[in-house]
Amino acid sequence: MRLKVLAAALSVSCLIGAPLVQAETLRWARSGDSLTLDPHAQNEGPTHALAHQLYEPLLQRDMAGQIIPGLATSWRALDDNPNVWRFQLRAGVKFHGGEDFTADDVVFSVKRAKLETSDMKGLLNSVVDVRKVDDLTVDIETAGANPLLINNLTNLFMMDQGWTESNGSAVPQDFANGQTTYAAANANGTGAYQLVSRTPDERTVLKANPNYWGVGQFPLEVSEIIYTPIQSAATRVAALLSGEVDFVQDIPVQDLGRVDATSDLKVVTAAQNRVIFFGMNQGKADLDSDNVQGKNPFADVRVRQAMNMAINRDAIKQVVMRGQSDPTGVIMPPFVNGWTPALNEIPAGDMAKAKSLMADAGYGDGFQVTLNCPNDRYINDEAICQATVGMLGQIGIKVNLDAKPKAQHFPLIQNKTTEFYMLGWGVPTFDSHYIFNFLVHTSEGDRGPWNNTGYSNADVDQMIVSLESETDLAARDATIGKIWNQVQQDVVYLPVHNQVLNWSMKSDINFDVQPEDQPHFKFLSFN
Amino acid sequence: MSRWDSDFVYAFKRSPVACVSAGVVCLLVLAAVFAPWIAPLNPFDMAALNLMNGFTPPLAPNAFTGETFLLGTDDQGRDLFSAILYGLRVSLFVGFAAVALAMFLGVFLGLLAGYRGGWVDTLIMRMADVQVTFPSILIAMLIYGVAQGLIAPDNRGDLAIGILILSIGLSEWVQFARTVRGTTLVEKEKEYVQAARLMGLNPLAVMVRHILPNVTTPVLVIATITLALAIIAEATLSFLGVGAPPTEPSLGTLIRIGQDFLFSGEWWILLFPALTLLLLALSVNLLGDWLRDTLNPRLK
Repeated sequence: MRLKVLAAALSVSCLIGAPLVQAETLRWARSGDSLTLDPHAQNEGPTHALAHQLYEPLLQRDMAGQIIPGLATSWRALDDNPNVWRFQLRAGVKFHGGEDFTADDVVFSVKRAKLETSDMKGLLNSVVDVRKVDDLTVDIETAGANPLLINNLTNLFMMDQGWTESNGSAVPQDFANGQTTYAAANANGTGAYQLVSRTPDERTVLKANPNYWGVGQFPLEVSEIIYTPIQSAATRVAALLSGEVDFVQDIPVQDLGRVDATSDLKVVTAAQNRVIFFGMNQGKADLDSDNVQGKNPFADVRVRQAMNMAINRDAIKQVVMRGQSDPTGVIMPPFVNGWTPALNEIPAGDMAKAKSLMADAGYGDGFQVTLNCPNDRYINDEAICQATVGMLGQIGIKVNLDAKPKAQHFPLIQNKTTEFYMLGWGVPTFDSHYIFNFLVHTSEGDRGPWNNTGYSNADVDQMIVSLESETDLAARDATIGKIWNQVQQDVVYLPVHNQVLNWSMKSDINFDVQPEDQPHFKFLSFN
Repeated sequence: MSRWDSDFVYAFKRSPVACVSAGVVCLLVLAAVFAPWIAPLNPFDMAALNLMNGFTPPLAPNAFTGETFLLGTDDQGRDLFSAILYGLRVSLFVGFAAVALAMFLGVFLGLLAGYRGGWVDTLIMRMADVQVTFPSILIAMLIYGVAQGLIAPDNRGDLAIGILILSIGLSEWVQFARTVRGTTLVEKEKEYVQAARLMGLNPLAVMVRHILPNVTTPVLVIATITLALAIIAEATLSFLGVGAPPTEPSLGTLIRIGQDFLFSGEWWILLFPALTLLLLALSVNLLGDWLRDTLNPRLK
């Protein structure tokens, strides 16, 4: 009896005690995990999404997509030398481990991100040098004036030089070849949250950084974040409906109605800065995965044109995406500088014309090829691939579908072992150059790292490089237009659609959809 | 022999459970075998699919195309009735082939262990003991993973079914080996076996011609029960996404696809394949149980 009384007293005291502690835990779920904690090893959305909580760039995009100061408080191109950008750093910032954030860390981080194994190097092509001016001032010099340099720095995270070097991680992790490093499993940033524990693909726990510089400037109402990747769409929805998680970043389109109709949940919808498309290796002399000997069917532009016509983007929108997509004819979301309605026009689905193009190219009887597809990265990625298999089948191309988790899919593209693949591309710089430099430029050196198509056009390459130092913005836009016309004419990629984001959360959460699908939880507040 | 036969037939006729389950199994096997003639569409032919037919409810016209399907369509516009018939084919083929493999392996190892005795016996039976401590689905997944690692990615699609058979077959042999070994231990001491050995027959001939016939009945009973297990194992692996590819769905793959649409109200994509699997596994199981009770009460 006394025990019971004691237990009752204890539970009452717990009930009273609970509201006194202002601890708000946010349980966050999405289909896939961050690929690595090394902030320079993978230029990939979900990887950056987690990194943005732990690490910070010099400047960043807020929840509306606008550039705001991060670790730099101001920046300007020098008047006497337009090739140099000067950054004034924030004073008094400390890393999670207690180290001071200084200009040395910036110099170290930018140089690290330009190393061979860094996946961020493509954003820093124009950077020739980075110099410390004093403890809180850094100069970044570009080859020729680059008016858009700051757009390339929004995902360039700053690491502590001492911590990174003493833990043997001075060189970014070689992700595509399966390397593991200390910095890939641990984090020491300046971000609003610090790492408590992490089991990749299972659970990552973060807690609020008590010494964060932005205390008072941001809501910072979340004190703990529990991030759980849930690959199965049905399980993800079930977790949200049952209250097991508070925020799901990628609710399956078929369940939007159900979630929105649930009284304590809401869905927030916005267009995403991300385009989904297929790439095919048109540069190889002979494909390994096809049944055509001695030549590469993708090398013939007529085959690519036929494929582009065979993909029924409206059907994919209506059935697979349930209206939640924006079909497109160009691998560029409307947010991006260079986008025009004419480029966006989707190719007319003319099956007879497509078949005659196939016959003209000498593939009237079709051919066979393997399509590699992720199954936990994009909205309904595997279902889109399946639908495409059927559509290409109608013009005689027999496609074997190989769908895998993104951790196995992306290395196929980066190691150039896939010959036909799905990829999605977000444009953090909001400028066409980013697309060209990663996906269109000949894949060599630090350019074209994600161009697995084998497409190589010297004129186009030269125009892409010229964009980096063109200060006359009208002339620059004209060059962008010329490059796009060439890309469209050569059917380098098969665009499908731009994604529409549907973030689902508890009704008491105030959180805007970020067009890059990057939740910055420091902005989240509760009603 | 004929007396045994008529006893068996008599017992069968007297058991409604046996009659019904045998009838259902026959019906499903026939449906699977003749699927190309019964099914209105070939669901493996991706080129014949019309995506706009996707998510059509059973017996209701599609909003875009106006076509009607008996059991509705799945997310890719595949006629579910056809997909189930073809999926049944994959499931039954994998099931029978895996049981044949397990049976061959188990009978051979059991005979060898029982007849040879000594360290051969110890080695084989301890291997069996170790394997039996793990759930067979775990073993199947392990073998599947190793096989996937050994095979070049380009061939995986073609070999997926073969790997499935191999992994289920290798995970189910223990039951056969144990039963056969037990019978062999008893039989090998009998006079007719001793006589055969004295005549100078080689051990293989003694095992196959003299001892094996004694174990056919229990082996057949175990084979039937294992068939139900193998069908479920295939469905489980495919449900987990490591079995039959989505372009050549088995019942398990269809259930996996359907599971995604349970919350959104497209119940038929999950329900019909699941019901078919339930019916198949239940009737094979009931038939196996009845066979065991009738033919070999010792196995109870």
